[in-house]
Amino acid sequence: MAAVIKTEGLTRRYGRQTAVDALSFELGAGEVFGFLGPNGAGKTTTILMLLGLTEPTSGRAEVLGLDPVRQPLQIKRQVGYLPENVGFYDDLTARENLRYVAALNELPEAKSRALTEEALQTVGLAEAGDKLVGQYSRGMRQRLGIAELLIKEPKLVILDEPALGLDPDGMNKMLDLIAALNREKGITVLMCTHLLHHVERLCGRVGIMSKGRLAALGAIGELARQQPGGASGPASLEQIYLRYCQEEKPC
Amino acid sequence: MLKICRKELADHFGSTRFLILFGLIFMVALVTTYMAAANLRETLEGMTKPSQVFLLLFTVPGKFFSLVQFIAFFGPLIGIITGFDAINRERNNRTLTKLASQPIYRDAIINGKFLAGVLTITVMLVSLVLLIAGMGLFTVGIVPGWEEVGRLLVYLLISIAYVSFWLGLAILFSILFRSLATSALAAVALWIFCSFFIGFAADLAADGVKPVKNPRDPEQVVANRRLADTVSLASPVVLYSQSTSTILDPFRRSRSNLVLLSPLERFSLERFQNPLPLDQSILVVGPHLLLLAGLTLCCFALSYLVFLRQEIRSS
Repeated sequence: MAAVIKTEGLTRRYGRQTAVDALSFELGAGEVFGFLGPNGAGKTTTILMLLGLTEPTSGRAEVLGLDPVRQPLQIKRQVGYLPENVGFYDDLTARENLRYVAALNELPEAKSRALTEEALQTVGLAEAGDKLVGQYSRGMRQRLGIAELLIKEPKLVILDEPALGLDPDGMNKMLDLIAALNREKGITVLMCTHLLHHVERLCGRVGIMSKGRLAALGAIGELARQQPGGASGPASLEQIYLRYCQEEKPC
Repeated sequence: MLKICRKELADHFGSTRFLILFGLIFMVALVTTYMAAANLRETLEGMTKPSQVFLLLFTVPGKFFSLVQFIAFFGPLIGIITGFDAINRERNNRTLTKLASQPIYRDAIINGKFLAGVLTITVMLVSLVLLIAGMGLFTVGIVPGWEEVGRLLVYLLISIAYVSFWLGLAILFSILFRSLATSALAAVALWIFCSFFIGFAADLAADGVKPVKNPRDPEQVVANRRLADTVSLASPVVLYSQSTSTILDPFRRSRSNLVLLSPLERFSLERFQNPLPLDQSILVVGPHLLLLAGLTLCCFALSYLVFLRQEIRSS
């Protein structure tokens, strides 16, 4: 199994502050990986470095066998990134938004049309496709964000808080959607979220970041067993998370 | 890049703001033609041997202003309105990250936006000049000669470069400032300074460096005025209005202040009204044109650099 993401000593400093500190991890094809950590732990910076949107201060990364610093375009052609609170052009319809993304990916006209319809079908927005995105509810926008990723037919998607602020039903649908993408299309998923029960439901392995460092990495079950002093049986992901992230800032 | 440019163009032409601007421009065209036509006879009577009358449509001030003056003052506004929210609107809508994560080079974003802005400006100015020319044909009934057409073309080129300078400036501010209002206000503030206050600033600078101690000493006065003129050239508004009035007025053979003309020069200007050929007019304002083009390029290059170095993340 080839590694989809591989980083070695990836580091990014802003002035004196180190946002990401010597990060090394690997992500195999077909995995659903949960990328956890408190706000400001360096998750978004890591993602930006993987996409070549920010240059690492030192260390290197490899995405789909490509170097983000030198070949960002090839990476961005195959990797979909859904930022937190993704934005759309509110004065365009959902279809137009998707067609624009398709145009930016230099898809031929026929393919762009077919993929747009298919993506809208997949996320269940086919009927609302001609509404202005400005009138969309939050759940619909988030699903449109996923549709936008599908336009690229990606090998890897990076999702930043895909289910934040959705109602319980919307959250469920979103999680099912992500699971389906992974299962049916074989897309590798890297997901950042604070909603730990989502991680437990979807992700095989997790990485927990704290203050720019990777504090823990492994399958959830493994991490639970590693808990020192875990006399009270296997820990939940929440206990693990709190343990790694509270250790350094007791309050 | 062309994809982005095409979308931006569609945005520009579809926006309410463009409709308003276009309405304004149409109105200006009407008013200018009307005023020019009304005052043309008077102006013609003052000339010994009228020639290239068609150009007067654009330069006769009438009661209020001529088209050339209007563009010099309000052209910047067109540029600012087209560009002030280019980048920060994407940032505020959180579409910039998304755009940057598509397989395009980052400079394609800013190039596409600048190009779309320049095209919009071109369409506006060309239609404005054509409107006036067309209505002028109807009301005055003079047909332009090749020389006049050539002069109008050069005038258009300079105007596009000039408004593009303000577009570049507005885009630069839209990169520097996160808030739409701040970037618009900053650009407008600079515009007001360059068009209204540059005269005072130039006078102040001239008085500071080369003060006129004895008002009856002509050398001191001339040195003082020369410096003030040079300083005011720092403003693209002055640069533009001086160069276009020379291009559109074939009788002008110097771009300097009328006070500074030598007596002989002034005598020849008043007595022998022979039009300059177009290439000579261009030669007269050559340095101005270079400076203007340079300013526009600098402005764009600066925003290009700033944008490429800026962090893309929205938070």
